[in-house]
Amino acid sequence: MRILLVEDDAEVARFVRKGLHEAGHMVEHAANGRDGLFLAASEQFDLLVLDRMLPGGVDGLRLVETLRSQANRTPVLFLSALAGVDERVKGLKAGGDDYLVKPFAFAELLARVEALGRRPSVDAPATKLRVADLELDLLSRMVTRGGKRIDVQPREFRLLEHLMRHAGQVVTRTMLLEKVWDYHFDPQTNVIDVHVSRLRQKIDKGFDKPLIHTVRNAGYVMRAEP
Amino acid sequence: MVTQAGERPPRLLSSAGFRFAVLFAAMFSVAAVAMVAVLWWATAIALDRQTDAAIRADAIALTERWRESGATGLAESIDDRITVDVENEVIYLLREVQENAPPRRLAGNLESWPEDTPADGAWFRTRAKHDDIISQMRLHRLDLPGLQLLIGRDEDQRVELRRLLTEGVLYASSAVVLFALAGAWLIRRALQRRLGPAFETTIAIAAGDLGHRVPLSGRDDEFDRLAQTLNTMLDRVATLMEGVRGVSDAIAHDLRTPIARARAKLEDALASAPPARTEEGAALRGAVEQGIADLDNIARIFQALLRIAEAEAGARRAAFAGFDLVPVLADAAEFYAVVAESRNQVLETDLPEHLPMVGDRDLLLQAVANLLDNAIKFTPAEGNIRLAAVQDDTGLCISVTDDGPGMPADDRDHAGERFFRADKARATPGSGLGLSLVQAMAHLHGGELVLADAVPGREPPGLRAELRLPRP
Repeated sequence: MRILLVEDDAEVARFVRKGLHEAGHMVEHAANGRDGLFLAASEQFDLLVLDRMLPGGVDGLRLVETLRSQANRTPVLFLSALAGVDERVKGLKAGGDDYLVKPFAFAELLARVEALGRRPSVDAPATKLRVADLELDLLSRMVTRGGKRIDVQPREFRLLEHLMRHAGQVVTRTMLLEKVWDYHFDPQTNVIDVHVSRLRQKIDKGFDKPLIHTVRNAGYVMRAEP
Repeated sequence: MVTQAGERPPRLLSSAGFRFAVLFAAMFSVAAVAMVAVLWWATAIALDRQTDAAIRADAIALTERWRESGATGLAESIDDRITVDVENEVIYLLREVQENAPPRRLAGNLESWPEDTPADGAWFRTRAKHDDIISQMRLHRLDLPGLQLLIGRDEDQRVELRRLLTEGVLYASSAVVLFALAGAWLIRRALQRRLGPAFETTIAIAAGDLGHRVPLSGRDDEFDRLAQTLNTMLDRVATLMEGVRGVSDAIAHDLRTPIARARAKLEDALASAPPARTEEGAALRGAVEQGIADLDNIARIFQALLRIAEAEAGARRAAFAGFDLVPVLADAAEFYAVVAESRNQVLETDLPEHLPMVGDRDLLLQAVANLLDNAIKFTPAEGNIRLAAVQDDTGLCISVTDDGPGMPADDRDHAGERFFRADKARATPGSGLGLSLVQAMAHLHGGELVLADAVPGREPPGLRAELRLPRP
């Protein structure tokens, strides 16, 4: 992916740049809002990673609003030190697609970057999701693996759906918390792990090829290959 | 608990306006009573004294006359006096008393000697007939050797005058009471009207809206002075709050950015550290990972503090909206039920169909999550946790009950303080901010957090945390 990073802190920018580069992405960097807006408007990017508080007279919110007003639909991930619930809402309202609070784990950033960048541009009206022999029917809300029906609770269904939609991508605990539960606080206990392990019991137990894998220090990934 | 004092005007008896008014009415009445008393003394009493003085003068003059010219002269003098009195006011009766004979009338206009006449020298009042009319009279008895004399004045006119006076005083008193009450009511109303804007302003301020100021009447009186002082104070508070907000934003940026930087460096170091296979590599990786975990913890505590501060400042009141509490609670229970289950605990819920409430959904959810998280942490395996919600006349009550060790009464008072951790809780992970946030959230909604034994008397008693929120 070709990614534009607009971040005024040199240390953080270097770190993000290096990490994304190692993950196989091309990164352009702008250190202030004006340059960032100029680059974003004049060149083609798959994703923008924006700080909110930027020098140069154009902050992150203004930058996105300007782009959106020019019908530029490039996905935007905010990377901000402003952590309030209101701040998050402001970011998403202005046209951001995701919001990550500093300090952050690089794995978290990478997972979100990949989830945003590989998002299908047109929502294909798929009615069935399939990973290996696991099948999820969105209409009848049925889950089968190898032809055998698996009973799941409504919330487990949504959890599974999210993992399957992002099959092959790392999904972090925070992402699951936000996307599956719509919770924006930090549960002190490892609640997400317990939910995933229950789901795993239902999906993987009794089958020789596990589909839900734990990624150390990051989260989970659903894929057929070990 | 945050009681919303001042939203309603105070009850009548506790109202300062009412007390001022009563004081006013009392002062007014006392003044009126004093005036009436003076009036009474100056008229009715003075008239009596005049009468007595006249009688006394008569007595002296007639005694003198008797000394000069005996009983005959005295009788003449009495007749003269009766003749010149055109108003029929004077009353005399002179009789001669001799032993072994009935008294003989010598002069006077009193028809007969009153039967209730007291001894010599007495002053008295009676009703008797004189000049063919029965009337009220004031009499003085004076005995001379061989003679008995009654000197008096007809009081009928005075009695009438006194009656009129009494009537007048009564009417005037009623008017006084009416005026006092009206004045009191006016004072009370004026006080309330002048204090009303200050009330409204302070209520709005207490609700978190710092934009209000007390309007001035322009009269530059005591109330305006008070309003000006209040406004100056509010300006100062607003400046301070602005400063605090600025500081929060600055902290957000100036602290989170260096933490982010440090975390980035540590992650970088981890990537280039020797592999974990070697002893040296494992030790280094362990240390770096611990450093990262510590930094994350700092960020987490700091985030919790900012949220508590935000809730306490009332800044989030703007985000209040109406929602149904039941799905939110059911969701939270479902979210934590699996954790309880994984620890062999049972999390039950007891929720009604609907519970409409107005508030901050996110904050309420986090508060309930904190309570459930605590309950799960402190309840032993096989224990029960119960999330319930009820609504009654006073408002909502969300309760989380557990089978844990409970909390000593001394600790309960401090449980809402930041970073407070009960002795029993020191061994468990946590920052000591969970209940602070719950309490701040409760206060933001005008409610309170109440901690109690789940089952008083049982050992261990368990903890019951109640979030009591007033009716929206």
